[in-house]
Amino acid sequence: MTWIALRMLTGDTQKFIGLIFGIAFSTLLITQQLTIFVNLIQRGSSAVYNVGTVDLWVMDPASRTTDVVYPMPSTALDRVRGVAGIAWAAPYLQSGATIRTPDGDLEGVSVIGVDDSTLIGLPRNMVSGDKAALYEPDTVFVDDVGAERLFPPGVNPIGKSLEINDRRAVIRGVVDTTPTFTSQVILYTRYSNALSYVPGTRNRLSFVVARTAVGENIQAISSRISKQTGLKVRTRDEFAADGRNFIIENTGIPVNFGITVALGFVVGVAIVGLTLSLFIRDNIKQFGALKAIGVTNGKIRRMVAAQAGLVGLVGYAIGVLGAVAFVNGSASGGGFFKGFYTPWQIPLLTAVVTVVILTLTGLLALRTVLKTEPASVFR
Amino acid sequence: MNDAPAISVQNVSRDFEAGGQTLRVLHNVFTDVKAGELTYLVGESGSGKTTLISIIAGILYPTEGTVSVFGTDIYQLSDNDLVRFRLANIGFIFQQYNLLPSLSAAENASVPLVAAGMARGEALQRSRAVLEKLNMTDQAEKRPNQLSGGQQQRVAIARALVHEPRLIVCDEPTAALDAKSGRRVMDLLREVALSPDRSVIIVTHDNRIFDLADRILLMEDGRITRDGVDAMEH
Repeated sequence: MTWIALRMLTGDTQKFIGLIFGIAFSTLLITQQLTIFVNLIQRGSSAVYNVGTVDLWVMDPASRTTDVVYPMPSTALDRVRGVAGIAWAAPYLQSGATIRTPDGDLEGVSVIGVDDSTLIGLPRNMVSGDKAALYEPDTVFVDDVGAERLFPPGVNPIGKSLEINDRRAVIRGVVDTTPTFTSQVILYTRYSNALSYVPGTRNRLSFVVARTAVGENIQAISSRISKQTGLKVRTRDEFAADGRNFIIENTGIPVNFGITVALGFVVGVAIVGLTLSLFIRDNIKQFGALKAIGVTNGKIRRMVAAQAGLVGLVGYAIGVLGAVAFVNGSASGGGFFKGFYTPWQIPLLTAVVTVVILTLTGLLALRTVLKTEPASVFR
Repeated sequence: MNDAPAISVQNVSRDFEAGGQTLRVLHNVFTDVKAGELTYLVGESGSGKTTLISIIAGILYPTEGTVSVFGTDIYQLSDNDLVRFRLANIGFIFQQYNLLPSLSAAENASVPLVAAGMARGEALQRSRAVLEKLNMTDQAEKRPNQLSGGQQQRVAIARALVHEPRLIVCDEPTAALDAKSGRRVMDLLREVALSPDRSVIIVTHDNRIFDLADRILLMEDGRITRDGVDAMEH
């Protein structure tokens, strides 16, 4: 009877398309919004992951994320270096500043100071330029997304001058980074340069980034640093999670996206429920006739399940592919969406939501069919 | 014709609940129908003929009484067995045909076979053979909306016959057709559906086709008040 059920469904083109639209729209909305939500939250940890080869982040106990920092005295670096089991430790400065672009515009930026000698703290990859150029005086590297924002398309930022707090800075490299949650332009420079670009209080050191010696247990070293220095120590993944949790706890983003996802669910239930019940109502005589002829309720259930299954499969495929295409297309275009991807858990979750929508609406529609007495076809 | 009753209706009554009141629409009906007989159930609207044919066809439980169809006391069967019994033994022809609009004529006619679990290809082969008998070969691949009323009724007849049931019940088979088409459908039904081991019961108002009946049961107020081919002459 499955092919009969599917022919009944596809024969009514208008309702078939309506049902597929309902599921596709709902799936698209849920997948797309969840993907943006997850990627946006992950931006809370991108400043941590942009820094390669670091195991531990050491900071003042009051600091919470890479953006919520209470600076430490520069002596903290030596205290960390003095802990047994540390392979190396480097200073890391992060501070906000305002720059004046060549066009005279003002732009808020994040200035990151990396180790003067080893350049630890720089992202792994350069988009253009050479890392060694950072040793030259007044040099800054700009992140690739920031470069797009500062300069019009087609303009090479290398060699361009900026003014940071009345000091000249020359861009000599573009680094490959994942944008941060605030999407600010990021300027990388050596630590000593950063100190002069961003004047501030007596204490200027934001973090000490460190790597444990080979064979050492990261958690044990973390505890040892904390015990010996009184500073807060977070492993790379812990600190990344801190960044994500900070956004979840301190912004309205989860609520806003949650509302949109819930709306996607409600719209899906409404459109599919309404169309499916209209489809069933239009075919109720036929279902009654089938029951009179001798089609069991079990077979009727399987027919409705097959119809819901086909609608779900096609609608889900269109919705998820649409959302993935949107995300991938946006990500490949760079800018704000750079690095966006669809985690496999999201299509899985959307599949579960689709099944829930179709089960809910299918059961409601099925109730009408099962309640239909075969004798009604004679009335 | 076989003299043994194919259908035996014994003391059948049926009540309906309406507005908190119990309404009896069939009153202790007794009747037998023989195999090979074309029987009409006639009467005014509300006389109980649709209720009676529904009970005989196994799609409406009587409040009391028994119905035996070819030796099986059908209301002693479990719900699922009753459904299976209908599928194997009863063919239905409805007033509004109730064909599935997205299926072709051949596919519509094959529905009882498919419901019984027959493979689609074989079911279609058999339904096309029945449509051929009904002079519908050229229309076998057309959808109901591409067919005239008479042609749709022939497809419905094919659907009722395709699984070779022993009882065929028809509800106003000519009501939606003009006199000529109605007559042609009834001639065809008599020719194709009637056989020595099969009974056909038709509910009808259509006095244009009374002359084709072997027997007419007149119903009034939930009772069979006249029985015989001349029932309508009184």
